[in-house]
Amino acid sequence: MFDTNELVINMGPQHPSTHGVLRVVLRLDGEKVVDADVVIGYLHRGIEKLSENRSWTQIILLTDRMDYVAAATNNVGYCETVEKLMSLEVPRRARYVRTILCELQRIASHCLWVGTHAMDIGAMTVFLYAFRERELILDLFEEFCGARLTYNSMRIGGLPLDIPPGWDKKVLEFCTIMSSKIDEYEELLTHNRIWLERTKGVGIIAGPEALALGLSGPPLRGSGVARDVRKDEPYAAYDEMAFDVPLGTAGDTYDRYLVRMEEFRQSLRIIRQATEGIPEGPIVGKVPRLIKPPAGETYHAIESPKGELGYFIVSDGKSTNPYRFRVRPPSFCNLQGLRRLVKGHLVADVVALIGSLDVVLGEVDR
Amino acid sequence: MAEAIVFYTLAAFILGFAVLVVTTKDTVHSVLFLVLDFLFVAALYVLLEAPFLAAIQVLVYAGGIVVLYLFVVMLVNLQRPPEAHEDPRRLTRVGFGLSMAVLAELAAIAAYSASIPASPAIGSAAALPVSGNTEEVGWMLYTSYLIPFEIASMLLLVAMIGAILLAKREL
Amino acid sequence: MIDALLIPTIKILIVLNATLVAVSYMVLLERKVIAWAQSRLGPMRVGPYGILQPIADALKLMIKEDITPVRADKWVFTAAPIITMVPALIVYAVIPFGPEVSLFGRQVTLYITDINVGLLYIVSVASIGVYGLILAGYASNSKYPLLASLRASAQLISYEVAVTLTLVSVIMVAGSLSMVSIVRAQESQQVWFAFIQPVAFVIFFIGGLAETNRAPFDLPEAEQELTGGFHTEYSGMRFALFFLAEYANIIVVSSVATTLFLGGWLRPFPSWEWLSFLDIIPSWMWFLLKSFAFLYVFVWVRATFPRYRYDQLMRLGWKVLIPLAILNLVVTGIVKVLVGAS
Repeated sequence: MFDTNELVINMGPQHPSTHGVLRVVLRLDGEKVVDADVVIGYLHRGIEKLSENRSWTQIILLTDRMDYVAAATNNVGYCETVEKLMSLEVPRRARYVRTILCELQRIASHCLWVGTHAMDIGAMTVFLYAFRERELILDLFEEFCGARLTYNSMRIGGLPLDIPPGWDKKVLEFCTIMSSKIDEYEELLTHNRIWLERTKGVGIIAGPEALALGLSGPPLRGSGVARDVRKDEPYAAYDEMAFDVPLGTAGDTYDRYLVRMEEFRQSLRIIRQATEGIPEGPIVGKVPRLIKPPAGETYHAIESPKGELGYFIVSDGKSTNPYRFRVRPPSFCNLQGLRRLVKGHLVADVVALIGSLDVVLGEVDR
Repeated sequence: MAEAIVFYTLAAFILGFAVLVVTTKDTVHSVLFLVLDFLFVAALYVLLEAPFLAAIQVLVYAGGIVVLYLFVVMLVNLQRPPEAHEDPRRLTRVGFGLSMAVLAELAAIAAYSASIPASPAIGSAAALPVSGNTEEVGWMLYTSYLIPFEIASMLLLVAMIGAILLAKREL
Repeated sequence: MIDALLIPTIKILIVLNATLVAVSYMVLLERKVIAWAQSRLGPMRVGPYGILQPIADALKLMIKEDITPVRADKWVFTAAPIITMVPALIVYAVIPFGPEVSLFGRQVTLYITDINVGLLYIVSVASIGVYGLILAGYASNSKYPLLASLRASAQLISYEVAVTLTLVSVIMVAGSLSMVSIVRAQESQQVWFAFIQPVAFVIFFIGGLAETNRAPFDLPEAEQELTGGFHTEYSGMRFALFFLAEYANIIVVSSVATTLFLGGWLRPFPSWEWLSFLDIIPSWMWFLLKSFAFLYVFVWVRATFPRYRYDQLMRLGWKVLIPLAILNLVVTGIVKVLVGAS
């Protein structure tokens, strides 16, 4: 237009590509984004407040529903935090199975990420392929705990069930299938010139700034900062696994994409090691019948597929409910970087950047 | 005979649309009537056995130039009424005067062209074994009328560069 | 009398009906092919293997409520889809489906007409189609469709330049603007123009994708954009017209590409006698097969590639395709002069 007034445009909360109920109010100068106001809260269900009236074991059900794309990871994080507060020993077998399930979730989450990210940029076929593989993982989970999305698959001190016989063989079969499928996604995207033009140089953020913004996970590693909770503060069985942590250099959308694609492969590596080396033993440790952690507070973080997922719990030692249950969701902190990332970019890039940060609104709003 | 009927029908449409262009209140409708006008003029060219010119009329005029008119009209969004003049009848008087001048000019041209003898068809002057409107126009453009052709393209180039300069904020 | 009036009328009726049926089944083709590319099946319920799906879609769109926005310009709002559809259909007047054949004792040409500026007619009619886009956005009286329609039409106009330049190189090689002469030139030169003008063919294909607002150039109508593009405010039959017009344009581009670059109705290697068993397949069938192959590639491209951003799209058109097309033109001219001199 001929005037230089800024246009205010509202994206969402109902929008095909905001990955949930996210609202972004964009201020545009022509086609360039001058500012973005991210409005969240549309999926707030009061999980943290609800947990104050639930017993420690019941809260596991609630944690499933935060990052519903990778529910088992939430479970693991919460159980480990309570175990840390209660100084419980988790048997080695349980830790191995937790690792396998977490890594399967990482692959499932990244499958969804690559599908939706590619679809937002226009490559709709990758979406179908990625979901085809995600189905295989969901089948594995269904066999293990009976659910496909919200698993409730962990207990404080271990797991509720042992893995069914033959499950580990199925997991290894899955790993074989998955490797070739990752190559398929890469073939469609990684060297495609249109993909490169849409993602290279889009949303560049330097390492120190990413740290200052509080990013974690692939957005942070894409900017070259080597921070992965699995390596820095190992949990579950990660201290016994050999794997690499991919790092990016330029900090743009393409590097974040490459980081996650490599994480696919590293996850497969971990799953193979864990499945082949799974030790015998009990699946749940010595846990009192009534979970009543001693008075105190603790914070524990794990590396969820989206970034650093942290739990802060305060127990007053007397009741069977937590006094305070607080989650540090990676998507919430990563989403704060959206405003900084979209400045100066075009409207079509906003969608690519939301996908690049890989946000799940269940986590953001809780 | 059939040709005459077709010609007069087309002429009626062309004049009708031209009047509508000037009299419609809505500017966008006015531009659309102009497009229709051009399409009928193209039909007139076909009647004159100049299909190349007809296609070019549609392609360049109706399909290019008027599209740009339409862009401007839609974006500028004329909705305020025209300013009131001190003497509203002045517009009518000036319009009448101008149209009389144009009419006199047309009459002069008509009288002049009726007086000169009919000249042979342009094409036969340059002994070319080509036939068909396209070839003739092309030949003329690139031989006899080469300089006006080049000047026209220069003009267009200057206009394009000017438009970009005006619209761009930083270079 | 019969020859002058009845036969062209019959031809027009056949071509129009065939085109409209083809357009509706093109929708099904796209859904099926994209589905197969995505390892799923596509429409399967309506009719065996989903064959009756286009009829179901047409019925649904026809009985939908016809909503016109309150302050929209009624005439323009109604006219816009029509203006988009009509050019796609009238192009078929000059597309040759085959040479003269004898039918019921008459010599009948398998094309409605052959004007000596056929190709120019196609280009000029296509440029009228832009109005439909612009007016659709304007008539909706809402700022997002207006912006989207302006972008879409700017895209169309830009790529029209590149496409027209490639057509000029084809004209230079064929020596005529008439569509039938171009096919005959391919017959006499015994080579499809796709092989002697590969750059023009590729640019025509890419330009055709952009002209018809197809992936990877479909940003103006992508759902991931802020709105549904210029046809946001249209519903029911009006939307159906836009939808069908897009597919009609795709079929037009395929038909034109077949005629200009893939030898039209000629079978492969028409001069080789030992391949004359291929003549069982009639000429118009060859035309349809080649057009179909082109259509398939269009759908394939949509299933595979991501989408260009608008500024990248315009940059591609202006900074890459147009210079290449001009270069191709210059080289063709030079080669023609040299070959003609020798």
